[in-house]
Amino acid sequence: MTEHAPPPRVSDDAVEQFIGRLLQIGVLVAAAVTLAGGILLVAQHGRSPADYGTFRGEPYYLRSLSGVLRAALSMDSRAIVQLGLVMLIATPIARVAFTLIAFALQRDRVYVGVTLLVLALLLFGLFFGIA
Amino acid sequence: MTVLTLALFVAGGSFCAGLLGALTGLGGGIVVVPMLTLLFHVDLRYAVGASLVSVIATSSGAAAAYVREGFTNVRVGILLEVATTVGALIGAALAGFTPTSALAVLFGVVLLYTAIRSLRPRVEHTLLTTPDAWSSRLRLDSDYPTPGGRQAYSVRRVPAGFGIMFGAGVLSALLGIGSGILKVLAMDQVMGLPFKVSTTTSNFMIGVTAAASAGVYLHRGYIDPAIAFPVMLGVLCGALLGARILTRANPEWLRKVFTGIVVVMAIEMLYKGFTGSL
Repeated sequence: MTEHAPPPRVSDDAVEQFIGRLLQIGVLVAAAVTLAGGILLVAQHGRSPADYGTFRGEPYYLRSLSGVLRAALSMDSRAIVQLGLVMLIATPIARVAFTLIAFALQRDRVYVGVTLLVLALLLFGLFFGIA
Repeated sequence: MTVLTLALFVAGGSFCAGLLGALTGLGGGIVVVPMLTLLFHVDLRYAVGASLVSVIATSSGAAAAYVREGFTNVRVGILLEVATTVGALIGAALAGFTPTSALAVLFGVVLLYTAIRSLRPRVEHTLLTTPDAWSSRLRLDSDYPTPGGRQAYSVRRVPAGFGIMFGAGVLSALLGIGSGILKVLAMDQVMGLPFKVSTTTSNFMIGVTAAASAGVYLHRGYIDPAIAFPVMLGVLCGALLGARILTRANPEWLRKVFTGIVVVMAIEMLYKGFTGSL
């Protein structure tokens, strides 16, 4: 019996480069959705007075992922912007998810655990917020 | 002001912030909130929400460029992310109870600190190559490309770095900034990572940290589409252009201009905070 065979190594650099490209595409898609929604928003509501000096909070349909998605599909301009922003918030989360896969391929248990913890915290924030 | 004119002004200001932030390496995120609150009288909560989204855009947008250079230490980044995301979630929870005037004072202090750091010349520290107990247990040691080939480095004082990162996460959520300066400080000065590795790993971490609190703020209704879209698109375009013309610009002169703006904003933020007029 020999000692443990070294785990099959997927090069960190190669994986990171691939992830970096995906992130860039993600940002561009999110920015395009945001821009489209923004143009529509300005076209529809551009002439109404801007009053953001006092905090009222967004209407509830713009605060949850399902609400944003539903309203965006019915072409609500604010919801389309919000959808683009949510896609953007998802890009670093996707990066952590890809990092998790990379560590799993390297059979690096400690870092699979660490990355899972970070991912869980992020998903908790995105899906539930803090009441 | 109408929604359209506000969007145009905010987009222009955010573009300049992103451009200057990229050219000076200080990041544009730090001036977005003061710009929105002081110049356009936007409520601090909307400003923080919009700023965080723009921080994510520049971080993720720059990732491909940084990764190509092969400097990022993913293990250090993800380990310290535990501290920054926990900090960011706690900061986001605290934001609901923290008075605006206290946040304004805190913001003023952070801006002043940024200005001081940006003027102080950076001294290259010697790299540690003898392994440290924490670092070898967590396999944080790595190497990075230099003109003379790959240079190995070891990481030290992991618990201290972890603690500072927790603080960076709290600040990021409370103020809507990337807190890149604090992150680089923790890695470069405290943990002994090479400067280039610290800055690229910090960029990786900034987006993840901001995503943690941005998710929470979405549910709280802090993220307003009409404010966030010109901020995000403006900062992103400015940062992308800045990264392209970086080699042709004169960073020393720009750095002084940017530092001047930061100092003026710091004084204004402190004044508004102490008089409770924000």
